[in-house]
Amino acid sequence: MHRKEKSSSVAIRCIIAVLISIYVLFPFFLVVINSCKTTQDITANPIGFNGVGIGQLIQNLSDVINNTHFLFWQAFGFSVLITVLSLVLLAVFGGMAAWVICRNNRKKWSMVIYFIFIASMIIPFQVVMLPLISTFRDVGKFVGIPMLQSVPGIVFAYLGFGGAMTVFILNGFIKGIPFELEEAASIDGCYPEQTFFKIIFPLLTPVITTITILNGMWIWNDYLLPSMMLGQNGAVKTLPVAVQAFVGSYVKQWNMILAAALLAIVPMVIVFLVAQKQIMNGMIEGAVKG
Amino acid sequence: MEYKISNGNKPLSLVCLIAGVVMLISALVCDFAKKSLMLFGSDCRGAFLVLGAVGIFLGLFFFPTEKHHRKIINIIFLFPLLFAFAVTVIIPLVLGIGYSFTDWDGIRVKNVVGLANYTKMFTQPSFIWSILITFLFVLFNMILVNLVAFLLALLCTSKIKGMGFFRAAYFLPNLIGGIVLGYIWQFIFSNVVTKWTTALSGNQYSMLSDTKTAFIAIIIVYVWQYAGYIMLIYITGLNMIPLDVLEAAAIDGASRLQTLFNIKLPMIASTITICTFLTLTSAFKMFDVNLALTNGTGSIADFMGSYLTNGTEMLALNIYSTAVVENKYAFGEAKAVLFFIILAIVSILQVKITSSKEVEL
Repeated sequence: MHRKEKSSSVAIRCIIAVLISIYVLFPFFLVVINSCKTTQDITANPIGFNGVGIGQLIQNLSDVINNTHFLFWQAFGFSVLITVLSLVLLAVFGGMAAWVICRNNRKKWSMVIYFIFIASMIIPFQVVMLPLISTFRDVGKFVGIPMLQSVPGIVFAYLGFGGAMTVFILNGFIKGIPFELEEAASIDGCYPEQTFFKIIFPLLTPVITTITILNGMWIWNDYLLPSMMLGQNGAVKTLPVAVQAFVGSYVKQWNMILAAALLAIVPMVIVFLVAQKQIMNGMIEGAVKG
Repeated sequence: MEYKISNGNKPLSLVCLIAGVVMLISALVCDFAKKSLMLFGSDCRGAFLVLGAVGIFLGLFFFPTEKHHRKIINIIFLFPLLFAFAVTVIIPLVLGIGYSFTDWDGIRVKNVVGLANYTKMFTQPSFIWSILITFLFVLFNMILVNLVAFLLALLCTSKIKGMGFFRAAYFLPNLIGGIVLGYIWQFIFSNVVTKWTTALSGNQYSMLSDTKTAFIAIIIVYVWQYAGYIMLIYITGLNMIPLDVLEAAAIDGASRLQTLFNIKLPMIASTITICTFLTLTSAFKMFDVNLALTNGTGSIADFMGSYLTNGTEMLALNIYSTAVVENKYAFGEAKAVLFFIILAIVSILQVKITSSKEVEL
C-alpha cells in the first residue's frame, strides 16, 4: 500500500484497466452502432461505421416500437407498473412482517416462520413454476379473479417469491434498532401500528433502499416467471418477454433485434447513471447479508 | 409492558366485521355453486372476496380490546406476505413434489406412477448429458468468475486514475437481463467473431454452431456478465483489511506476492465463501442466457449410444423444454425436484467446505 509505486507499473495497470473496459463495453458499442444501420450494412461490416446514420436509427426504432410483436411502449408501461407495484408492496408488507417476526423472535411460531423463509431461499424457481401456473389458473377460476395474464396476479407472485429475501435482510436490520425506542413510543401513547409506521418504518429507509434495488433488478430483468404467467402472446407483456417474442418472429433481422435490445437496455442504463452509487452499494450489501 | 387501549371503535368494528363476513360468505357460496355473482353487469365474486377479507381485518383492527390488540396487529401485519408466500411457494412446492410421482399433464392427474418418472430420467441420455454439462459449466464458471473478479478487484483497489469509471464499467453488464444479453452475444458470435475467424483461419462457421465452442461461448458471456458484480464484493472485502496489517507486512519486507497470498487472501476468506456460493447457485440456475444464446442446441454424435441434439442444454433449460415445449409436465416436475435436491446438497456442501477452510486459515 504505502510502498513507492513505480510510475511504469501504474501506467501498465492503467492500460490493462482501459483494455478490459474496452472489452466489457464493446458489446454495448456494437448494439449502438448496428442499431443505426440497415441489415445489408450490418452483414457487410458489423464493426465499421459504414452506413451509420441517425435517420436509419430512427427508422429502426420506429419499426421496432410499432411492431405488433413488440409494442414497446405497452411492454415498457407494464414492466414499470409491475416492478413499481411489486417493490412498494414488498417494502411495506415485507417491513410489517419482518418487524413482527423480529420482535417476537423468542416465540416458537416466529422462529418457525423465519426458518421456513430462510430455507425457502434455496428452492429453485423450476420446482414451483409448473404447479404454480396450474394453481393460479384453478384458484383464479374458482374465485373469479384472473391470476394468469394479469398484473395483480404477477405482482402477487413477486410478493411471494421476493418475500423471503426481503424479510431476511430487513430482519437483520430491525434487530439493531433498540427496543427501548418502541417502549418509549408506547409510553407516549402510540398504538403498536403507529409505533411501526411512525417510528420504525422511517428508520428502515437505508435497508429498504437496498432491498428495493435488489428486488428491482431481479423483477425488471426476470424472464421465466413472466413468460410462464403472462404467456408469449398475452395482452400483458413485460420487456424481456416482448424482446423474446419479437426476436422469435424476426430471425436474423439484426438491425431490428439490436434496436429492440437498445430500447431494453437504455432505461436500465439511465437508472444506473442516476443512482450508480446506491445500486452498487445495494448489490454489495445484499450479497454480504444474503 | 402495558399497551394503551387500542383506538377501538365498537360500532365501526361491528359494521366492518359483519359486512366483511357477509361479502366473504356470499362470494364463497357462489364459488362453490359455480355461479357468477352479477352486479352492475360484471362478475363481482373476486371483488367481494377481497373486500370481504379486508372488511374482516378492518373490523378486527378497530375492535376495542386492550388485551388482544397487539396480537391482532401481529396477525394483520404478517398475513399479506405469508399468504402470498404460501400460495406462490409452499403450496406449489408440496403439489409439485406430489405431482412428480404421478402422470400429471398440467391440468389433471390420472394415475399415480410411483418412481417411474425418476427412473425414466436416468435412462434418458439427453438428460444425463444435461446434468454432466451443467456440472462442468458450474465448475468452469465458478473458477473463472472468481479468478477474473478477484484480479479485477486487485486492479480496482490499486492506485489508478478513474477508478470509479472502471468499476462502474465492469459492473454494467450485470444490469442487463439475460435474454437481451443472450441475443446481443448471439449477434457478436455469429456475425462479428465469425468475420474474424474467417479472416484468420478461413473457418466460416459460427462458434455457436459447434457444441464445444458454443459451450465456451456461454462461459464467456456468463463471465462477462457476472464478474463485475463479484468484483464489487471482493473490493469490499479487500477494503476491509486493516491498513496497519498491510503496513506491517511492508515494513517486514514482504513482497507483493507474499502480501497477496499470506495476508490478503486469508483475510478475505469469508468474502471468498460468499462469492463462491453466489457463483455456484447462480451458475446452476442459469437459464436466460442459455435460452437466448444457443437455445440448448448442439449435436453430440454418440453419447450412451444415441445421437443428441441438445449439446448445450443445461439442467434448467432441459426442465423447461421437457415440461413446456414437450408438454411432459410430470416428467419435467420430477426433473425439477431432482434439480432442487442437487442444488440443496451442493450448496450445503460448498458452504461447509469453505467455512471449515475459513477456520483453518
